[in-house]
Amino acid sequence: MQTLAQSEKLAAAPSLGSRFLRDAIGIAAIIVAGIAGYFLFPDNLALLTRVIAVGLLVLSIDLITGYCGVATLGQAALFGAGAYAAGIACVNGVTEPLTLILIGAIAGAAAGLLMGTIMLRAHGLAQLVLSIAIVQLFHEAANKASAYTGGSDGLAGLMLSPLFGMFEFDLWGQTAYLFGLALLVVVFVVLKFVVASPFGMLCRGIKEDPVRIGAMGAFVFPVLLKMFVISGAVAGMGGALAAISTQVVGLDSVSFELSANALVMLVLGGLGSLYGALIGTVIFMGFEHVVSAINPFHWMTMVGALLIAVVLALPGGLSSIADAILPSRGRTRGGKA
Amino acid sequence: MQTILSIGIDAFAYGMALFIICIGLSLTMGLMRVVNLAHGAFAMIAGYIASYVARDLGWGYGFAIILAVIGTIILSIPLERFLFRRIYGSSELTQVLMTIGITFCVIGITNYFFGPTLKTIPLPTGLSQPVDVGFRTIAAHRLFVMACGLVVAAGLWYVIERTAFGIKLRATVDNAAMADALGVKTQVVYAVSFALAIGLAAFGGVVGAEFLPIEPYYALRYMVTFLVVVSVGGAGSILGAVIACLVLGAVDTTGRYLMPDFGNFFFYAAVIAIVCVFPRGFFGKAQ
Repeated sequence: MQTLAQSEKLAAAPSLGSRFLRDAIGIAAIIVAGIAGYFLFPDNLALLTRVIAVGLLVLSIDLITGYCGVATLGQAALFGAGAYAAGIACVNGVTEPLTLILIGAIAGAAAGLLMGTIMLRAHGLAQLVLSIAIVQLFHEAANKASAYTGGSDGLAGLMLSPLFGMFEFDLWGQTAYLFGLALLVVVFVVLKFVVASPFGMLCRGIKEDPVRIGAMGAFVFPVLLKMFVISGAVAGMGGALAAISTQVVGLDSVSFELSANALVMLVLGGLGSLYGALIGTVIFMGFEHVVSAINPFHWMTMVGALLIAVVLALPGGLSSIADAILPSRGRTRGGKA
Repeated sequence: MQTILSIGIDAFAYGMALFIICIGLSLTMGLMRVVNLAHGAFAMIAGYIASYVARDLGWGYGFAIILAVIGTIILSIPLERFLFRRIYGSSELTQVLMTIGITFCVIGITNYFFGPTLKTIPLPTGLSQPVDVGFRTIAAHRLFVMACGLVVAAGLWYVIERTAFGIKLRATVDNAAMADALGVKTQVVYAVSFALAIGLAAFGGVVGAEFLPIEPYYALRYMVTFLVVVSVGGAGSILGAVIACLVLGAVDTTGRYLMPDFGNFFFYAAVIAIVCVFPRGFFGKAQ
């Protein structure tokens, strides 16, 4: 039955041209929303930059949870690895922002390789527990190596040189925000290609049925590990962006809480959809900013209720509402599956 | 020698407190296949009730324990009926998200009513004094916790292995559809074992409050610890849970005594090592 339904979906798959058009519209929407944010909330650019950094983290979780079906509650380990690598490099004299992002990506990818190697040994619950243990271990290590990371005081004193030698990182965070937005758009476009590539299809196949993919002659472990490395690079870039924009790296950037929150954002927005990851991040962090200013415990109650509601009533997340409203788009999304 | 003895006694008492709380989670995960991350939230609710009864109303410690257990079970019944029953058999991610959501709600609501301060449960004089056991003195409360842990382990073993209910329970776990066909009321079995698990969480939360203090983020702070203990021991195995609690209690306590700077470093390093070697835990069943 399932195969039949899938082949129907495939039959409904759009031509390459219409898919390209749809993605172009989606990316244009992200750019427009980003620039609108710049003009609508000029006093909150630091928060908006934080949203972009966390958005990269949520995208990276989407890659392994949404596309490969490997649940993780420890993705902040990769985010933190990128943040600390960029921070330490910056304190030691590497002040070029693009280089720092690259360093963050490499550190994140290395951490992703390590994490994937450990996590992919197990399945199901043990895998989830391993991911938690890894992020806690990273947290303790960052806390302990205070000579390099500043420990619980955080790593402060990041002095950046101007972007391209022209744009200073100002007090209002305008440069940091626009830089982050550009980074997000570039990463998003690259990820669109990654998930649409044969490699991305293979990952989705593994999510559906790893045994069958193995029987077809593909090696499951290296594919998943590769996705972990890509995901680590994305999360590392998010961490490096957070470090650059706030010019401080705190222990909270490698915490279980951040991992869990990021997963909640992803589920809120919709698993297995890159747009969903961004929608979830924006909505979650926007509400968090407003409600937790009033009372942090109200915020927790609200997130909890929202999570229960999403799990029970809307398993596809908020982005599936858009699919229901726009039936044509829903069908084309199915075609990619 | 003195240090080793102190570590041993503290580790054993801490391990037993962990065991009382975690064995309930092990039951829900091993027998009902529900990853209930809200388990700690129930222990926290019990702690708040006990603190209210013993400190604010001034009733005895025994009353506090009994009322906390009963109150928590009563609170859990509608939750089981309307929320948990919908996620039996769902994927792990769904269960994790749902129960994290419940945990957040419980934390938010509890703090709305009880405030964000640390709650203490006053011990009766008999338990707060040190007891001389020949070679050294131990706080009576620690002995009480150890005894409670052993009684819970023995009692559970008896219920699961030696009673008619235990037989029905094991049958339901092995093959729910077949057990149902043979006349076992599986819904009742599930409801009773869920209540039993919650009751144990409540009991452990009150008794272990000296080790795991009752505070607003209790449910979130120890969520990981409880989950780790169960996955190390193997879900559904009493012996596994006992061993996991003792091993992890020993690693944690030793680390705190000898290398306090490293915090939980050794705890999580041990967890990674154990889970890598035993992916199903010490005594977990193949699924």
